[in-house]
Amino acid sequence: MTTVHPPAHPPAHAEARPSRFSARTLWLTVAVVLVVLFSLAPILWQVLTSIKVNADIAAIPNVYFPRRFTLQHYIEIFNRRPFLNYMLNSFFVAFTSTLLCLALGTPAAYALARLRLPGERIVLASVLIVTLFPYILLFIGLLEIVRATGLANNYLALIIPYTAINIPLTILVMRSFFQQLPRDLEDSAKVDGYNTWQMLVRILLPLTTPALVTTGILAFIAAWNEFIFALTFITRESMKTIPVAVAQISGTAVFEIPYGALAAATVVGTLPLVILVLLFQRRIVQGLTAGAVKG
Amino acid sequence: MAKLELRHLNKTYTPKVIPVKDLSLDVDDGEFLTLLGPSGCGKSTTLRMIAGLEQPTRGDVVINGEVVTSKAPGDRNIAMVFQSYALYPHMTVYDNLASGLRLRKMPSEEIRRRIAEVSGFLGLDSLMDRKPGQLSGGQRQRVALGRALVRQPAVFLLDEPLSNLDALLREQVRAELKSIFESMQTPVVYVTHDQTEAMTLSSKVAVLNDGYLQQLDPPRRIYTHPANRFVAGFIGSPQMNLFDLQCDGRTAILGNARIPLPSSITPPPTVTLGIRPEHVELVSSEVNGRGHSVQGKVVLVENLGMSDLVSIRIRGTDHTTLRALIPSDRPWRQETLTLSLPAEHLHWFDAETGDRLYSEPLSLPPERPQERKEVR
Repeated sequence: MTTVHPPAHPPAHAEARPSRFSARTLWLTVAVVLVVLFSLAPILWQVLTSIKVNADIAAIPNVYFPRRFTLQHYIEIFNRRPFLNYMLNSFFVAFTSTLLCLALGTPAAYALARLRLPGERIVLASVLIVTLFPYILLFIGLLEIVRATGLANNYLALIIPYTAINIPLTILVMRSFFQQLPRDLEDSAKVDGYNTWQMLVRILLPLTTPALVTTGILAFIAAWNEFIFALTFITRESMKTIPVAVAQISGTAVFEIPYGALAAATVVGTLPLVILVLLFQRRIVQGLTAGAVKG
Repeated sequence: MAKLELRHLNKTYTPKVIPVKDLSLDVDDGEFLTLLGPSGCGKSTTLRMIAGLEQPTRGDVVINGEVVTSKAPGDRNIAMVFQSYALYPHMTVYDNLASGLRLRKMPSEEIRRRIAEVSGFLGLDSLMDRKPGQLSGGQRQRVALGRALVRQPAVFLLDEPLSNLDALLREQVRAELKSIFESMQTPVVYVTHDQTEAMTLSSKVAVLNDGYLQQLDPPRRIYTHPANRFVAGFIGSPQMNLFDLQCDGRTAILGNARIPLPSSITPPPTVTLGIRPEHVELVSSEVNGRGHSVQGKVVLVENLGMSDLVSIRIRGTDHTTLRALIPSDRPWRQETLTLSLPAEHLHWFDAETGDRLYSEPLSLPPERPQERKEVR
């Protein structure tokens, strides 16, 4: 027999709700604060150090929140060293390799997602395996190649390896994105009369922008932060990138460590990435495919 | 004026996967042809071959006498409505409707005129600046339809356009589709697995199974004269009763009943007898029953609202059940029923080949040769 039972004790339930809810909110807030502190503390420390005067930096006991502020360290790194130049170098290398990554990886990802290729699984597996190689092993081989081809002190010596290392990531991310794009959309475009190129540019590209931006930022960050290749393949001062330049900041004497300058350089090196992510954040989050098909 | 012809279409993916084996048919001006069949029967593949989204392995697609098999979809002058609507999510409704026309370099005056006409017709006027994401399912469906209509193509192709709508909306849109396409002198090819849609919308239904055309006829005739056992079982709900029976001379043996075969057929050793549940009649006493009566014990009653679907085990058989649709207002509460099988509603098929054994005197034009089922 099917009968309808009245819900049991609804009022008790309703009363218990607000207090439990607030306890949960409290825990959540505490957890969020802890996680934020944990991840931001080093950066915060760098920022604080970069605006402290030297006396405060070296003071014992530690001065956590400085009372005197100075921009001396920033002025120093831009005046005494060509830091703007380093940043432009970094930007050029990272930007070019990101573009190359997307330009080469996206069509490959599209092919892997859409075409029925023989040996598709093998291709995918080898793409994945490439990412598993220890970085340092690749580095030794690359050093020989750079030496043999005479690419040392050439931006290409950085751009090419960065592109190669980031392409597997691009392919994997873009492929999974293409796979969730409805196929009907492309068929529909073909029936409407778009040729392949027009379809790619006018239909697929606008829909792919969020994925392109996301992958692009990841590739850009990886290239911007890379240290070992940049340290080894580029020795000319005017061509060095930010991570190398920061590492090479040193004091006048062996025992003097210029913490202030180091911190300022770190902040300056991180800032472009932060700005980049903030700029594109909206794009990344945006789900552009909404409404293409019945969801 | 337009005509679509399919000539011996075949699509072979691998030697084992052949969704369309050999398909030939014509769709004339103003005809609404439905490709109907169970999933995997090759109906969607056929539609995609007409559209040019798949290349046929063999055979040709001909539009207006011109072979378009090797042409790109955009050059075939066809428009297609997809099951998932496939609207461009980054474009407004207006741009969605206009995109196909703009690509054909149509003057923007003409584009505006056509869109205004279609949108007024479909009630899209207030939605022109929205993106597909801001539309409901029914509205998206309309935009997808509008995108096909503004093209004024030589052939319309519709791939299960109603299957994403909820039941109520589906009935409404189905009626709208019917009135839209009835007013249009353009051939329409419609793919569905829903026989109600096929029956209500089409002027002709092509029943496909296993890559072959099983029957091509107007909906009524598909129902009254199924060409073979498959069509008989596939069309109609609840499903037709089908019995494989031994023949004794010119009579078929169904339990204790002996049913004479029509005089026009040469009886094979075994026949398949078919009768739809709605044609089985309840008899109160054996004398007044029309046709041949069978008796049996009631084993299952399913209430369908306006009628009861009653299954009886036929007396004199082990487990042959006959299903009958009895109007709810007929009193019948016995445990044993006598049901009659009116002779004019009996369908006879060859049990081995599955082909229909005879045609009754025809009220409709005879089948054309190409409408014959392919014999394997």
